[in-house]
Formats: sequence, structure tokens, C-alpha cells
Amino acid sequence: MILSQLVAGVSVGSILLLAAVGLALTFGQMGVINMAHGEFIMVGAYTAYVVQSVLGHAGISLLVAIPTAFLVGGLLGVLLEQLLIRHMYHRPLDTLLATFGVGIILQQLARDVFGAPAVDVRTPSWLQGSVEILGTAVPTSRIFILGLVVAVVAGLSLLMTHTALGRRIRAVVLNRNLAETSGISTRSTDRLTFFIGSGLAGVAGVTITLIGSTSPTLGTSYIVDAFLVVVAGGIGRIKGAVIAAFSLGILQAFIEVGTTASIAKFLVLVIVVAFLQIRPQGLFSVRTRSLA
Amino acid sequence: MSITATGGTSRPTPDAAPRTPQRASASARGTGRTLPTGKALPTGKALLAGLRRLTGGPEVPGPRHAMIGLGLLALGLLVLAPMLLTDFRLNQLGRFICYAIVAVGIGLAWGRGGMLTLGQGVFFGLGAYAMAMHMQLADAELQGLAAPQFMLTFGADVPWWWEPFRSGLFTVAAILLLPAVVAVVLGLSVFTRRVKGAYFAILNQAMVFAFAVLLVGQQATLNGSNGLSGFQSFLGFSLYDPANRRAIYLLAAAVLILLVAIAWWMMRSRFGELLVATRDAEERVRFLGYNPALIKTAAFATAAVMASIGGALFVPLVGIISPAEIGVVPSIAFVIGVAIGGRATLFGPVIGALAVAWAESSLAETFPSGWSYLQGLLLVLVIAILPGGVASILTRFRPRDGGPGSDHPHDSGQPDLRDLPDQPDQPGHSDRADHPTQPDLTVQEGDRP
Repeated sequence: MILSQLVAGVSVGSILLLAAVGLALTFGQMGVINMAHGEFIMVGAYTAYVVQSVLGHAGISLLVAIPTAFLVGGLLGVLLEQLLIRHMYHRPLDTLLATFGVGIILQQLARDVFGAPAVDVRTPSWLQGSVEILGTAVPTSRIFILGLVVAVVAGLSLLMTHTALGRRIRAVVLNRNLAETSGISTRSTDRLTFFIGSGLAGVAGVTITLIGSTSPTLGTSYIVDAFLVVVAGGIGRIKGAVIAAFSLGILQAFIEVGTTASIAKFLVLVIVVAFLQIRPQGLFSVRTRSLA
Repeated sequence: MSITATGGTSRPTPDAAPRTPQRASASARGTGRTLPTGKALPTGKALLAGLRRLTGGPEVPGPRHAMIGLGLLALGLLVLAPMLLTDFRLNQLGRFICYAIVAVGIGLAWGRGGMLTLGQGVFFGLGAYAMAMHMQLADAELQGLAAPQFMLTFGADVPWWWEPFRSGLFTVAAILLLPAVVAVVLGLSVFTRRVKGAYFAILNQAMVFAFAVLLVGQQATLNGSNGLSGFQSFLGFSLYDPANRRAIYLLAAAVLILLVAIAWWMMRSRFGELLVATRDAEERVRFLGYNPALIKTAAFATAAVMASIGGALFVPLVGIISPAEIGVVPSIAFVIGVAIGGRATLFGPVIGALAVAWAESSLAETFPSGWSYLQGLLLVLVIAILPGGVASILTRFRPRDGGPGSDHPHDSGQPDLRDLPDQPDQPGHSDRADHPTQPDLTVQEGDRP
């Protein structure tokens, strides 16, 4: 029983992490609250739907949809950053509301284009069925998602630690002004960070089509949890988001045993608030000397 | 006291505004000290000045103008609306008034206190469900049923925590105290740990999300996602009688006016000045020996109680409360009206909430999807271009310190509709990120620690 809950928790956690990893970049690293991130996830899911209706074949379309959704989400993110967020970097609360406005528009757009009822993306045949792990049947699609998350996080940490772009991003996070004076173009770094973060939202959207149907309000159901993961994980570190996502997923799975899903969700929130009492900065944080 | 000297919020003269310290996300950027504020239009200057004083701009109006404003609000809502509107429209206006009541609290917490309360749905829901439970029990008693109708269909008994709501007195106490207790516990625990800005907003939003999920899960005790509805009487009066429904409308309108008056009094008080000072420079307030956590908690709790009152009045007026009314999206919708009207002003949130609710319902009747686009667009445009809300347009046509009539030649030709940075010769607001305008000890509000 414990093992089966553990497996369920890891599965929930991997989806949470996929939704949150892009946010860990844009919110965690840049401090920009993009409420439209959830809608980018939704756009990614619809991208998978469109790709599948064009290509027809479920197996190939999934593989095509992942990079396509990354591009679509990333371009949307750059567009948003250039048109709106760029002008409000010092007004985080206002960014939150303005990007929520963008989210409303994107949601209605999806409703008008694809209709309000949920659509389904067919799961490829090689992801149907399930695998026996530790005595529990785990759907293959869940294992695929877990593998994808591992790949994404590994790729992201390689990017952050071993590439010039990653160094630039970290420099801008630590001290924007100093980075700028050192010759780093903070503008283009912001833009690229946004491209990657929003692109990952698109990828998250594609994977969510594997476990459920796609509706215009898909983003709203993930965005709150995703933000919670980033807040609990601590800002500025990807590994905080990783640990937070899996802990919250496993916690949720275990609380659900004795109670219901809704009470478990509520209790997880209470635990996060209590946790922030002990560590207001989250699990990990980049230390700075500011008073804020 | 040095805070009030810089905070200067309660001075009734329009000239006091430029001395308000600017924060990075200030609602009143456009009124910065060095900003060459636009000159008034040659015609209608007096009219604009009068309007400006009434709406207050970023300032709180003085006693005389507050009285005039409250009088006009009372005239419109208590006299003209009941005379001119049909029963249906009046009931609709009553619903908008409930949103406006919530908005008054948000204006206090967010506009004056800088706490973006994205979770007012929780408190709205607490008040609404408390009232709805009382009305359900009263209806059941009147019909001689053992339990409310929906419980009987589930074959459930009245749960123990419903029982106290048989008493009207307990219900009223719960409506006022329950949200206050929740807000104080949450506020103290969050603010003393200096969780603020965006983190507070996100926690708030997570709270309302969890609350809505919790309510949906309460199938047998709170009718789950269907919510509580089908009320027949309120305080013993039949809800089918139009005269009674009008009376409930009048009650809601009167409560709104009373709460605006209380908000005005709070804004003008020493507490109100400390609140604005905390919003603009929390560390300075702390260094001066005040506890910002207490100040913020008090404002948050006040906003919570107001939201709860709005929710409690919503139930008899609209006749239903369900998780759909209090989730994440409705909670942000509460904020939208405040943002559009003018978050830091006294009347801005009320007018904004009423206008947005009216626009929504009239547009939704004819052109359902159009409203979503308009709402999103309005939110983006107002926040990006006009952070002070519509009320700040009026303050931009403000004569310079020389008083009305003194024209400054160098002002002319300034297109003052844009949110200009504080330095007059900055090329545009896109450069703002690189030019911190606040010589403050704190980094930006909600910035990374």
C-alpha cells in the first residue's frame, strides 16, 4: 500500500514538476509572475491536438507535438515579454494582474476556436497499457512523463551550469545591474529565459494530454499548484522545484489514503503555509543581502 | 510624526499628492514630484477639479467632499435606483453592490496597504455560506422538514456544525467574526515571517483554490458544486414578495454606504497613514518602531470582514451560493473592478466594481464571449498604462502647485495620458527597469529576498 501510494505520488509530482519547471525559470529566476503560464500549458495541449488532427498518426504526432509545442509556447512567451512584461519588471503585482488579463483572452480564444467542450488527444499505442512496478500497475504514459521530466530537468540544469546562456541567466538573477555593467545584455537574456520557460509550459501541455482531456480551462487547474511548488521550493534554484514537486505529490497521495482528494489538497496547502513559517524563503534560495 | 509628514495621505488639498512617497509599483506614479503634470483643459477646469476632489485621486477626500460623495452615492443607490429601475434590474444592482462591498475592502488592503488579496473568495464564501446555512435551516423549520431539502435527498442528517446556524444572532456573529479570525491567523503567521508581495498573493490564491475544492467535496453537507439555493425566506420574510426583495436591496445599499464611510474614516486615521507608509516603505516603518505585520493584518482582516458581509448579502439577493462564485477566477474578478476604478482611492473601487459588474452582465446578455475579451483587454491596458485606475485620469489634469489657473508654459504639449517615469526626460517607460526611482532601503516590493 505504501509503495503504491509512493508510485502515485511520484506520478503526480512529475506532472506538477513539468508544469512548474518553466515557472521556476520565469518566476523563480526572474521574479516575474506570469499568470498566463497556465494558458501556455493549455496552448501546448491544443498544439498536440492540432498536430494530431493534421498528422493523424498518434505515435508520430506525439513526437512532433513536443518540439512544436515548445516553439509555440516559447514564441508566445517572448511575445508577451516583449509587449507587456518588459515594461513592468519593477511592478510584480501589476504583472500578475496584467498577465491574468492575457490569460483570460487566451482562454476565450481557445473557447472560440476549439469550442468549450473538452477535446481528446489519442494516446499512441506504445504508451497504452501499464507496467508492473513494485506490485502496482503503473500506466506506461505515466512512466513516459516521468522520463520526460527527468530529461527536461537534466537538460535544464546542464544548460544552467555548462553553457554561456546559463551563466548569463545566473548572473542576471544574482545581480542584474552588475551583470549589465559586465557586458551581459540583460534584455536578450530575459527574452531567452522567457522563451525557454514558456516553451517548457508548452511541453507540459502536450504531456497533460496523455493523462486527461484538453479544455480551455486546463491551465487554471495547474497554475495554482505550479506556483505553490515554486514558492515552496524556493526561488532561484531548479532543485528546490524538483524536491518540492515530488514532496507535494507524495504528500498529497498519502493524505488521500485516509481522507478525500479535496481534503488532501486543502491539507497540503496548510502544510505549505506552515512550512513557509519555518522557511519563508522556501527550501533553497539564493542568498542576497537585500532587506526585502 | 515623520511618517505622516512623508505619507501625507489625509491632506484634503490636491497639492499634497506629489509628496506621497512613490513606490516602484505605486498606484500613483503619474503624480511624482518631478513629473510635470499636465495642465488642465482650459474649459471645464472647475468641473474637473470638483470631480477630482470627489473621486479623491490618489488622495482621500476631505470631510466635505467625502460627505458630498457619500451623499451622491446614497442618492443614486437609495433614491434614484429604486425609483427608476424595474424589480429585476434593481435586484441585479443589488448583486453588483455586493461586489462593490468586497471592493471597498480590497481597496483598503491592496490600494492602501499594498497587499494584493487574490483570495477574497474565501471570505466572501464564509459569509455567504454562513448566511445560506442559516436560511436553509430557517426554511426547513418553516416547512416542517427535519433537514434542508438537499440533505434529505442525500438521506443525511443535519451535521453538528450546522446546528448553531439555527440562531440568527450566531449567524451574524459568524459572518463578522469568522473571516476576521481566519484573516488574523493567516495574516499574522504570514506577515510576521515577512512573506509579502507576490508570495502573499500566490498563497492567497492557493487558499481560495483549496477552499473551493474543499467546498466541492462537501457533497452531503454543503451540496457540493451545486451549492446552496432555493431559499424561500429571509429573517422570516418571504423572498417571493417583491417588496421584501426591495427591502433587501435597500439594506445592501445602506451597508455599502456605511462601509465606504468606515473605509474613509480608516483611511483618514493614523492607522490609515501607517498603512500607506507600510505599503510604500515597510522597512522604514519597522525602523521607526512600528510593527508592520500588525498594521497589515488589521487591514487584511478588515477587508476580509467586508468581503464576508458582501457574501452574506449576496445570498438573499441572488438566491444561490456555490463554489463557482468563490473560486480563483471570481476572486480575481473582485480585484479587476478595483484596479479599473482606482485602487487607492475611496470611491474608485466602488464605482469600478459597479461599472465592471454592470458591463459584464449587460454585455453577457448580448455578446457572451465579447465580455471575456474586453475584460482581459481592460485589465491589461489599465494595469499597464493607467495603474492608478480610471480615477487617476482626473488627477492628471491637475494644475501645478500654483493652484487653479496658474499655467506653466513648459507643461504644454505634454501628452500626459501615459505613465511617465519620474525623470521628465526619460525616453520612455521601457527604461524603467534600469532606473530605480526609489532611494529606499528596501528592494522592490515582492522582489526576491
